[in-house]
Amino acid sequence: MSPEHADRTRGSPHGAPGAEQEPRVGVYVCHCGHNIANTVAVDEVAEWAGGQAHVTVARDYKFMCSSLGQELIEQDIKERGLNRVVVAACSPHMHEKTFRNTCQRAGLNPFLFEMANIRELGSWATDDREAATQKAKAQVKGAVERAVLQRPLDPLYVDINPNTLVVGGGIAGLTAALELANAGYHVYLVERDSSIGGHMAKLDKTFPTLDCAACILTPKMVDAENHPNITLMTWSEVLSVHGYVGNFSVRVRKRARFINEELCTGCGTCVEKCPVRIIDQNFEVGLGYRKAVYRNFPQAIPKYPVIDPDNCTFFQRGKCRACEIVCPTDAIDFKQKDEIVDLEIGNIILATGYEQFDARTIPQYGYGRLANVFTSMEFERMVNAAGPTAGRVVLRDGVTAPKRVGIIHCVGSRDKKYHEYCSRACCMAALKFAHLVHERVPEAEVFNFYIDIRAAGKHYEEFYHRVLSEGAHLIRGRVAEVTDAARGPGEEGQLIIQVEDTLIGKQRRIPVDMVILMAGMEARKDARQVANLFGLGCDFEGWFTERHAKLDPVVTMTEGILIAGACQGPKAIPESVAQGSAAAARVAGMIGQRTMKMEPVRASIDADSCSGCRICNNLCPYHAIVYHEDRRVSEVLTALCQGCGACVAACPSAAISGAHFTRDQVMAQIEGILWDARQPEVLWLEPA
Amino acid sequence: MATSATLSRTSAFFREVIADTPTDPHLEACLQCGTCGGSCPSGPDMDHTPRTLFAMIAAGMREPVLRSNTPWYCVSCYACVERCPQDIHITDVMYTLKRLAIKAGYASQSSAARAPGFSQTFIDHVENYGRSFELGLITRYYLRHRPLDALKVAPIGMGLLKRRRLDLSPRPIRQLDQLKAILERAREIDNAKSA
Amino acid sequence: MRYGYYPGCSLERNASAYHTSLMAVAERLGVEFAEVDDWNCCGATEFIAVNRLRAYALASRNLALAADQARSTNGADPAQLVAPCSACFLNLSKVDRYLEDSPALAADVNAALAAGGLHYEAGSLRIRHLLDVIVNDVGYEQIAARVNSPLRGMRIAPYYGCLIVRPGFRERFDDPEYPTSLDKLMRVLGAQVVDFPLKTHCCGGHMTQISRDVALELIRRLLKNAADYQADMIVTLCPMCQLNLDAFQESVNEQFGTNYRIPILFFTQLMGLAFGLSPAAVGIGKEFIDARPALAKIGAAAEPAAPAPKRKPRRSDQGLPLPQMPEEEQP
Repeated sequence: MSPEHADRTRGSPHGAPGAEQEPRVGVYVCHCGHNIANTVAVDEVAEWAGGQAHVTVARDYKFMCSSLGQELIEQDIKERGLNRVVVAACSPHMHEKTFRNTCQRAGLNPFLFEMANIRELGSWATDDREAATQKAKAQVKGAVERAVLQRPLDPLYVDINPNTLVVGGGIAGLTAALELANAGYHVYLVERDSSIGGHMAKLDKTFPTLDCAACILTPKMVDAENHPNITLMTWSEVLSVHGYVGNFSVRVRKRARFINEELCTGCGTCVEKCPVRIIDQNFEVGLGYRKAVYRNFPQAIPKYPVIDPDNCTFFQRGKCRACEIVCPTDAIDFKQKDEIVDLEIGNIILATGYEQFDARTIPQYGYGRLANVFTSMEFERMVNAAGPTAGRVVLRDGVTAPKRVGIIHCVGSRDKKYHEYCSRACCMAALKFAHLVHERVPEAEVFNFYIDIRAAGKHYEEFYHRVLSEGAHLIRGRVAEVTDAARGPGEEGQLIIQVEDTLIGKQRRIPVDMVILMAGMEARKDARQVANLFGLGCDFEGWFTERHAKLDPVVTMTEGILIAGACQGPKAIPESVAQGSAAAARVAGMIGQRTMKMEPVRASIDADSCSGCRICNNLCPYHAIVYHEDRRVSEVLTALCQGCGACVAACPSAAISGAHFTRDQVMAQIEGILWDARQPEVLWLEPA
Repeated sequence: MATSATLSRTSAFFREVIADTPTDPHLEACLQCGTCGGSCPSGPDMDHTPRTLFAMIAAGMREPVLRSNTPWYCVSCYACVERCPQDIHITDVMYTLKRLAIKAGYASQSSAARAPGFSQTFIDHVENYGRSFELGLITRYYLRHRPLDALKVAPIGMGLLKRRRLDLSPRPIRQLDQLKAILERAREIDNAKSA
Repeated sequence: MRYGYYPGCSLERNASAYHTSLMAVAERLGVEFAEVDDWNCCGATEFIAVNRLRAYALASRNLALAADQARSTNGADPAQLVAPCSACFLNLSKVDRYLEDSPALAADVNAALAAGGLHYEAGSLRIRHLLDVIVNDVGYEQIAARVNSPLRGMRIAPYYGCLIVRPGFRERFDDPEYPTSLDKLMRVLGAQVVDFPLKTHCCGGHMTQISRDVALELIRRLLKNAADYQADMIVTLCPMCQLNLDAFQESVNEQFGTNYRIPILFFTQLMGLAFGLSPAAVGIGKEFIDARPALAKIGAAAEPAAPAPKRKPRRSDQGLPLPQMPEEEQP
């Protein structure tokens, strides 16, 4: 016998493995290295389990999920005639699949397997060895009692619709759409704005290579527009999502552009002649103007402009029609209505991106009060050749070049009052800004105020050194305030940055004439609504939650719903692109299988017990329950049911039961967990 | 949060500071960002910025910290507390350092030696009358601690008197005995703890 | 409206103008202040510097007395205790908060209070600053209805100082970095409010007694900033701020060779004047820097055109748009 595991066998094998015989349960308690064994007395649990009813064999082992551990189970099933298996280890999210396959390889129906999570729910949750061991026993007992009542089930197979919906046309969504389209699958790319391109389209240069953002982005945008496998739906929003992996029904609203896309040539005459000029709070982030009929930027895709009815003179006062008069192809259509489009989809990739932290939230930095305080996105637009100043770096007066520029890092990031996390991309963007100021205004001095320089990326550190060698001043200290309250003659008319220079240990007041706030990234304000719409989770900050932070970053807990890019957390362009590709690969893999194995966990209604009250009908989130008027009973359509259990719990006459979660199974598990409830000295521990 | 495990890894002086601060000041969370030193109105006059002091506390540099004038230059304006990204109760820590410096006998030797004298004079009045007595405070504090500066404040004192903004005699509270009993009990509890 | 009232030591004599004016204004607004019987000093910024538990016990005696008094007078109502002095307000609300956060501290404090036959349950009082009560409970509308002598032509720098909004040990009624409630109140009174970036910066506190040079520099900055924005006076809500800016203004002038003559009044004094009360009835005349020349401007001349704020650039075709800010109400 191997010293790594102890065999605690009782009785001898009899009969073939199956469901109908007397239950013969094998219990396997995993050490998970130190993860469980350091807190739970695994040998004690296994030894105790060996003495419980129905248990034929109980063992503990260092790593149950290893091939040796799995072989142990297979061997016992075959040699000792086990017909039920319980593994007490980690979360079923990690290894339920592993052990079900183990059972299947040994000829046991995989649904006769049960997992007790003694790691996440036990050893990781406490340092109290005694309590953790006691709880592990209760969990094992519950699992055994439940396993005994389990019935073999056959998996269901569903067809995978090969069409994919990508939500968000920024660099992550664009990448995902192109990858899938190139693999030969059809993609619907839905974008809320009037053009695809996302935040990246606003940028001038990208760090650390300083290549022009437009030059690398627009080819991808053009590809997406022209790709036969991509249906581009801009100025559009997803209204509803029904169904499940492989078979989603999605409703999309295409907002009226008031431009007939069949006729419009994109010549731009309407934009030129429109008499209305308003501040563009969206694409130009308030730094520039746009017309009432407009395109975000010259290379916008699609090329068709949109009319903004809230600011259009015709929509507001019934007059003007300047655009209509000048349009050479009669493409202006004031009567156009929103259009509702229904799509059948197999998989959905969300790439809805981020928002910039609102710098007004921190009044001591003066944004909105002091004219020459800019946000980082305003500065991106300023240095962009197609932006409001045609790339000139100037003060708010639009004329004067700054002589001294202060760049403040970590605005809204790394602060418990706003966002505790690091926004990841701002340090490098700030260094890029220092470089761009030097490039555009060679005589200007630049001061970067930082807590730590986060330059962890390929060629990032080298870029930092390059900016240092260009003469940028780097001052280590988080800025206390920006003020125009001069203390003396040397400060009059300047913006003063007050900071502790922590490397000197002295407070300094540094006069500048321009301040750039590196406002961090935050989840979009409607992230929670979007998460609800698509049925996925958000963390406290509003970022979409991935299935596993390291090993499954683009997949969510909801099958068929994937995420990519900054909607999952702050990211720069390279990581967003990587995630877009990764999500596409996962979807392509799924489509390649054509069909998908589904859990046979489904609800069913016993027609004899059903009172026809119809409570379950409206409760079902998947519209899987139909009501037969003639017989006055409800019925679950197995193909649509997702096994959520809402109807089971709600049914007043207990007519609905869920396969694999039957009432007797669940009650038996509860009974098992409470096995020692008659021993009050265990349940009522004296407070320490 | 400073758990007992966290504290067991800190310097003895760090633990002493935490133990004497009324609620957890989150001192171990300091990022050394300098927001406190940058925000401090009397920062330029301190011999160490608050941030530096926190690094010194972590390093266990008890004597130099307690000899520093920094806590005595704290004006209790709470600007640093408001802005600290880690929610460190900086003003409370400054009060703790003042108390420890007095106890250790370093306070009177710091470059801000006047501050403890001022605080003590103020407290003596409050303990004797229940309320502050400004005329008594100013005269006693200047005569005892800064006789040479008394002339400088005289015009302001006279101005306050002229405008009837100073009482000539203290106005003790009615139940002074009750207050004294409470403060005496507090002193006993404190002494029992530090014993 | 009825509140418990904790005047604090300063309001007895040094800042008696604050007490007189707030009582006069309260009467006009139908607000009743019931003074906590036999209250003691809150400890200011000094007590805690020397002894921890005694400082908490000292402040807690006031809370215990106030809570008892509230219980015996208005029964089940949540007791509200109003402090007009920012330091008192801060100390009382800080002690209340810390007693709640630290059961060990609360036990020690109550053991000490027991020696005087008292007990205080943290959180049983809602401690408020006078300005909070005036602008939020009474409200700007009620105040506007009482204004019969608007302060037209008066240019006011609203000075909040430190402790009214920082660090917010209990509820916060205004922004800690850039509060606006006093600005708005002054506009309701008919005055013109100047931009005052240093509105929450420190007046020096007790540094006038400890390091005169440090204190005078802090006071100078505030006076210079108010003068730069052409304020006729600075309005404050804290006796310490008033004392430092007023009584030490001459010292600043001597030290720095400046010639500031900026009167420092309490906001309640200006409310009283706007309500038609006589200067004497609101304690005008107690200040070092005579407020009368500035007050003579009220309604005297046509309202001077506001000088163009220096920070906003002139509109030009080339000018870039300014960031959108939430609309500021202009009464």
